[in-house]
Formats: sequence, C-alpha cells, structure tokens
Amino acid sequence: MQALVIVAHGSHLNPDSSAPTYDHADTVREAGAFDEVRTGFWKEEPSIREVLRTVEADEVYVVPLFISEGYFTEQVIPRELRLDGWDVADWDSDGLSASHVTLTASDVPEKTIHYCGPVGTHAAMTEVLVRRAETVTGDPNVGEGFGLAVVGHGTERNENSAKAIEYHADRIREMDRFDEVQALYMDEEPEVDDVTDYFDSEDVVVVPLFIADGFHTQEDIPEDMGLTDDYRTGYDVPAEVEGHRIWYAGAVGTEGLMADVVLERAADAGADIGNSLEVVRERTRKTPQEAN
Amino acid sequence: MGHHRDALVDAAATGDGVSLDGLTVAPDGDGGFRLETPDATLSGLTEDGLREALDDCDDYATNWYFWSEVVGESSPQRRAFLRWVEGAVVDAGGDGDGDGVGGDNDADADADAASVPERYDALRDGVSREWGQLLVTVTVDDHGERSYELRHADEAAADRDDLDAYHEPLAARQLATYDEKGRYRPLKSGSNLAGGWLFPALDGCDLVETVETFYPASVPNWYRERRGELDVTHWEDAIGRQTGMYSVVKTWNRGDGHEHVDWVAEACCADSQCVKRREWQYDDDTDLDVDGGDGAFPCREPCSVVIAASRKWTRLEGEETQTYEFELTPSEKQQVEDIIDAVADGRIDDIREADVYEGANRYRARFLRAKLFDDDGNLGGVPTDAPDDE
Repeated sequence: MQALVIVAHGSHLNPDSSAPTYDHADTVREAGAFDEVRTGFWKEEPSIREVLRTVEADEVYVVPLFISEGYFTEQVIPRELRLDGWDVADWDSDGLSASHVTLTASDVPEKTIHYCGPVGTHAAMTEVLVRRAETVTGDPNVGEGFGLAVVGHGTERNENSAKAIEYHADRIREMDRFDEVQALYMDEEPEVDDVTDYFDSEDVVVVPLFIADGFHTQEDIPEDMGLTDDYRTGYDVPAEVEGHRIWYAGAVGTEGLMADVVLERAADAGADIGNSLEVVRERTRKTPQEAN
Repeated sequence: MGHHRDALVDAAATGDGVSLDGLTVAPDGDGGFRLETPDATLSGLTEDGLREALDDCDDYATNWYFWSEVVGESSPQRRAFLRWVEGAVVDAGGDGDGDGVGGDNDADADADAASVPERYDALRDGVSREWGQLLVTVTVDDHGERSYELRHADEAAADRDDLDAYHEPLAARQLATYDEKGRYRPLKSGSNLAGGWLFPALDGCDLVETVETFYPASVPNWYRERRGELDVTHWEDAIGRQTGMYSVVKTWNRGDGHEHVDWVAEACCADSQCVKRREWQYDDDTDLDVDGGDGAFPCREPCSVVIAASRKWTRLEGEETQTYEFELTPSEKQQVEDIIDAVADGRIDDIREADVYEGANRYRARFLRAKLFDDDGNLGGVPTDAPDDE
C-alpha cells in the first residue's frame, strides 16, 4: 500500500488557504494511484505533527505544498513529521533541486517516509504557470502579443524565495511562447507595483507564484498594480492600467493542474502512479466553464 | 443467504478454528467440529451438523462474519473504534484474538460488555455513542450487516427529514469548516460544530473516514491512548521545539510557576471551547491546576491555536503594569465585568436587544462608551500609553 500526504500551511483566519490543498488532494484521489491521500497542515488539522498516524499504508510519500525551499521545507516540516536522521544536506540542493529523501519517522516507525521537495521548485510547475495564463485569458494558445509576469513574494531573509521565481520565468522565456517574460516581486526589485514599466506588450498576464489566494494575492497585489483602489470593490480581468491590459490570474496554486506537480513529486520519489498523470492532465484541462 | 455460515465453516476447518465474542468453533480432533457459546457446547459435529448448530446461534455467526470478513484486521484502530461504538469488547492489546485481554486500558467500558445476543437486541433498535459533538448510531439488520448513522449530538431527536442528507465522507469537510453563523472554524475540535446535516447510512469504513474528517486524528490518538501508548507532549516540550516567530513563547517561562499556563488552558482548553480532553500538562512532573475536560478523545499536545495565542500572550505579559486613574460607578465597574464575561463565554448573541438589565447589552455598552470615552477611544479620557506592539 502507498499513501500520499500533502502538507501545507493552512490558516487560523481564512478557509481559502487550505482550499487548494483539498482540491488537489481530491484530484489525485480520484485519479486512483494511491491507496490513501491525506492532508496535513501547520495551522489546521490534522497537524503535520499528527498526520502520519492517520495513514494506514506503509509507504508514504509526503509532498509539501510550498513554493520554495527554506524554513518550512527544511526545518518545520521535517521536525513536525519527526523524521529520524533528517539532514538538509541530504537534499544536496542548490535551492531549486531538492527531490526527495527516504527516512523513517519516530511517530510511525514501521512506515517508510519519502519526503519530497516542494511543488514550487519542480520543473512541472512551469507548465502550471503557463496553464494559468491559458485559463485566465480563456485562450489555450495565448502567447503571441502577450507578456507574462511571474510574481513572487521576495524577501531579504531567504535567497531561495526568489530563485523559484527566476527559474520558472527563465524556463517560460526559453519556450519562446510569450513576447516577453519578467519576474517581479512584492518586497524587492523589480517590483510588481511597476508592472507596466517592464512590458512593451499591450496585454500582460500576471501570475503570482503563491499556493493559495489570500491577503497578498487578493488584496496587496491587485491594489499595488493599480487594478483597483480597494480590493473589496473587485477588479476586471483584464483591467486597463496605463495603456496595458493586465490579465491578473491570482495564485497559481489554485490551478487544477497543480495536482500534476504533486504527482510528479511523488513519482520522482519512487511512487507507482500508473497512468494517473494522464488522468489528472485530462481532468484539469477542462476550463472552469467547460467543467460546469 | 448463509454466506456468513459458509465462511465460518471454512475458517473453522483451518488452523485453530475461530474464536470471537464468546463463540468458538474448531476441529475437535476426531474429524468433527466443536462449537461453544456461553449457552451451549456441542462436539463431534459433522460439517452439516455444524451448519445446523450455527443456524441456532445465527447472531454469533453473523457477528463473527462481520468482524472477521467485513471489518477485518487491516486497520486495528478502525476496528477498535467500530467495536467501541456498539459496546463490544475492544481489543486494544494487539494480540489479535479479539478477547479484550492484553493491554486494554478502558476496562470500565468493557468489563460489563454484553453477550452477542444482548448486544444484537440493542443493535436492532440502534446503539448510540457521542464522539465530540457527533452522535454515531449503529444498527444491525437480519444478516448482521451494520449501518452507521452520523449526526450532530444536539440533534439526537431531530426528524431525519429535517436534516440534509450526505453520503460521502469528504462532505464533512465543508460541514466542519463553518459554524452555524457561517464563520470560519479554525479549530476542527472547537465546540461550535454546526448542525442541520445527517449521514444516514454509512458502512464502517466510511463512518470512520467521516468521523476523522470532522475530528482529524481523533481515532488514532484515542486508540493509542487505549493501548497505553499515547505520546503526550507537555507544554514545556511543545514550546521548547518552537522556532521562528513562535520561539518567543519560550521566554514566557521564567521559573515562577505555571500559573500562566493554567490561564492558557482555562482560556482555550475548556469543554466549552474544545471537545478534546486535554492530557498535556506543564511538564512530566507538574500537572496544571485546571481540569482537562471530559472529551471522548484526548488532546496530546498544545495545538497551533494555543501556540499562536500564547505567542500573543507572551508579548502582552511582557508589559509592566501601570496605574490608571479614572472613576466608575459601582454599576459601571460591574458592567465592564459583565461585558468581559459575555465576550469570553460567547454569550453576546444571547443578550436580547432591549434587555437593558444585562450589563453586556449593546445599548448599555454604547451608553458607557458615549459617556466615558473621549474622541480617541480612551476610557475615562485617560490615554493608554501602550508600548508599540511587535
């Protein structure tokens, strides 16, 4: 038996924080590759501390629904899972390349725990960012005549935070699909506030590389970009800003195709996922309109 | 029908036979079978004779079939929970023989366990157990199949037609997310589960899945506790492992007792706030002074809500007291106390709009504010001089 455990941050204040985690868990569950699919949270229940005891399977693949390698993936989650012998050096990562380690957890010593790198740094995430541009424009061929901005939080405290943003922006640029691609940040240069300064294209898709919609993606970024004066009054998609049409996509983590990245992470760690990648891609290709 | 009997006869012919809940069927050494129940012992039975004898104790036979073939042993904690629900002896010892001997720590519940026929009589009418704010009711049909109904414990007497019916365990996720006013519930074990719903017919697997969706990890922790293996992490150890923004909570312990942790437990961990029974204490040697509550399942360490609140209290408790001087009438002082009480107990909405005899009545509070606050919101016109927070 094999189980997938998706661990995420969650929130004491906002149910939207855990919604994508549940959505992707449901998608993977329906694809049928795992005997069990469970979720665990830092701020909700079951806690990461207790999630492993809710699992029956003896092979457990833990995938962190986080954007970058850093404090949560290297300290908090391994500690809360009680991974025996965890050493971040075992990931041998440059900040982007963590794949997986296989350990035991003192909480459930009889099980084998495959602890995976975060979804945000997986190569498959690039495709999700592009898919997000497709779904927000409603155009599966969007690219020509369009600019794409990948937006990250950015922080002085963790250099890996920006690495994931740069990595995916570079990969999308190499696709030669969009006229322009730019990485932007909330808390460091280049800033998302000045989004129109960085694009010649009239149409710009802005995709925040965040797991869940919340304060930053629903309030800060729309107001900072000038989509709206007050997030409570909402904004148009696209919205006109200084001669550009800004197609604001909200958090990429809410995109259905994210379930694909979760599966890829588990597969990289040795999980037998059968044909579930195809199933998930087929299911999540439906745009919201088609799905309804 | 009779597949349960066929399965039992097959199982009885192998190895040591079968034994469960007072029923024993085994080869008797002479090529026949021996059947024992608390009421009778028959030996030298041919296979046909065994089948006839089982027809006379059909409750035992279907009971064996349900626990051995339907529920099975794949998940000891699920099996234990389902047996607890219907008042059967719970084998928490892990020796696999279902006799309840070996490490069972809930003797009070099991010592007087009913015989199978007695249990079946009760199950035909429905046997109910509370689990937090959930009410589980199990019934048995003529073939020994169990069906589980789940509803809010406060709605034990509600007509089924008045409740919205659900059939998928994960539907509980949405039901557990919002309280009855539609507000987000950050704590799944909070004592504010909304009602209005019903899972009318779940099998054992889906029942446990649904219960675990309402109260995550409650069954495994309860099971570990019954086995005497609950890994309680006390306050000192729980805050000792905090890092980052939560590591500040460590500074709250200053070698001057554990009164502050008593306040935390009294604020957060009372039955009125959380359905778990708090088992964590200050440390291995020091129990908190406040009661842990009566919940059916245990709380094994300070939860994330407690840690987050304690971080705030650590900041606040770092302040020095100051003397403020303003005047209140005795009734006004009483009113301030009433307001704090009403907010702390969540009684605001119970106070009628025009009930001006209640200190926490809205008009009373507005009058107090109009009279005593200055334009900057200062009570008695006295500035707070609070230190900048964080």
